[in-house]
Amino acid sequence: MLEVRNISKSFGGLRAVDNASLDVSAGAIVSLIGPNGAGKTTLFTIIAGFQKPDEGRVRFEGRDITGLPAHTICRLGLVRTFQVVQPFGRLTVRENIAVGAHLRHADRADALENAEAVARRVGMGAMLDQPATSLTVAGRKRLELARALATEPSLLLLDEVMAGLNPTEIDEIVPVIRSIRDDGVTILLIEHVMRAVMSLSEHAYVLNNGAIIASGPPRAVAADPQVVEAYLGHGAAKRIAASETAHA
Amino acid sequence: MMAGRYTAIGITVAVLAALPLAVTSNEVMMFLILSLMFALLGQAWNILGGYAGQFSFGHAAFFGSGAYATATLQIHLGLNPWVAMVAAMAVGGLVGGLIGALSFRFRLRGSYFALITLAFAEVLRVVAHTSDFTGGGAGILIPLDERAANFQFESRDVFYYVILAMVAGSLVLTRALEDSRLGAWMLAIRENEDSARALGVDTFRVKLTAIILSGAMAASAGVFYTQIFLYLDPGIAYGVGFSVEALLVPIIGGMGTVFGPLVGSFVLHGVDEVTKELTGDAPGLNLALYGALLIVMLRFLPDGLMGLMGRLRRAAGRRQPQQAGRLKEAGDA
Repeated sequence: MLEVRNISKSFGGLRAVDNASLDVSAGAIVSLIGPNGAGKTTLFTIIAGFQKPDEGRVRFEGRDITGLPAHTICRLGLVRTFQVVQPFGRLTVRENIAVGAHLRHADRADALENAEAVARRVGMGAMLDQPATSLTVAGRKRLELARALATEPSLLLLDEVMAGLNPTEIDEIVPVIRSIRDDGVTILLIEHVMRAVMSLSEHAYVLNNGAIIASGPPRAVAADPQVVEAYLGHGAAKRIAASETAHA
Repeated sequence: MMAGRYTAIGITVAVLAALPLAVTSNEVMMFLILSLMFALLGQAWNILGGYAGQFSFGHAAFFGSGAYATATLQIHLGLNPWVAMVAAMAVGGLVGGLIGALSFRFRLRGSYFALITLAFAEVLRVVAHTSDFTGGGAGILIPLDERAANFQFESRDVFYYVILAMVAGSLVLTRALEDSRLGAWMLAIRENEDSARALGVDTFRVKLTAIILSGAMAASAGVFYTQIFLYLDPGIAYGVGFSVEALLVPIIGGMGTVFGPLVGSFVLHGVDEVTKELTGDAPGLNLALYGALLIVMLRFLPDGLMGLMGRLRRAAGRRQPQQAGRLKEAGDA
């Protein structure tokens, strides 16, 4: 469904994304993990059309979407959320979600009705008339998800929707994400919460210094020495292995 | 439910329509007419600034273009003023489209956009000053010929009802905008442009539509001005004065509200008249007053008078016995 091929992007001397490729097949939940500053969000912004890559192509449902404007890509069914939530502050939850719903529903009443349905789906049914500014962090993350969902996408790019949530809130949102997939929406997510990555996704890519260094089932990837070193520093994998043998 | 959203507009227009029955003074009549004209100009600014969040500092560009378009079309082409009004609104929309296409294409926002609009208004003023077609610095005079077919009326009352009809149209249009997809997209852009783009909003097109609408509406105010005064010069039509009025009126009344510009215009010009009475019309004093008002409003009442009314109403609601609140919630559910 999504094919990312050899994407590179530099900012000045910094190579933020370096020849990265990944695939997401229809119906899957795929995770993109990696240390802070690895280039995950940059890769997302390129896929969603917010930035143009220096090199490489992005294909979505067989169509080359590289360099298309963000709103066109959204219309094709690929929508992103923002890591730093960007609500329409002075609008209510209902109005916020309706902006997304308007993409497929021209009529105002129709869009508002759809917004309500989406809000209930993500557990925001009781907050419909609250202004977005009054929401908690967890509420804002959900709103971000709801608005994206209201555009009726076939592929959803979630950028750290669980960051800043407490364990209870995470346990609440994991089934919501799973149910979205079960309704036929393919999901690519950036996530630091490994528990969620493990329980949600069938496949994970690890990005480090802009390059994909590992991919596979999340458990295998997490055990990969290269991945451990990316997170904990050079030689960490060896030291951990040594200490484990010593304890055994 | 949607039809109920027009009740307040109906009542307001009905009350305003009854006003001339109580007014005999020509001066008061003129005050009412000009307040309505500035309400129309303010509504034009409000669509672009209050709803779509693009603050213009040069709405005189649209006002003046509408004014000059109707004047020149009448003088040079002998066009009927009513026909010329439609053409002038198209010109206003076109000027808006050109300024919008240039500035939005290059992603100019905030103060950069404000400066560009200011610059365009100034350029147009200079062009009107040097061009023979517009009568140059001496200005342009439309011959007096008071016939309804000529958009000139002997009676101030008729002018009043014409501008009231135009204001009523602008109120209905703004309300309809609030209940439309275009309006929702404009608010989304005002609140967060990146989010809007991510949700599939073609921000360039929406902003362009907003500035075209705004330009055409501001031009219609310029047309009315021309028809009532029958004289234009560049310093008036493209002057900073109209740009300031256009933004001050909705900011005082409440940006992004249907009635903000109307309320703001009457309050602003009411205060203006009172100061004139007290100080004896010292030149430039009203601009100093406007500046002070603008600062006070932005500091203490960023939502304008409409926002203040909403806050007072909510505060009054909280003072009601809790029982009433519970009943209301049950009714809403």
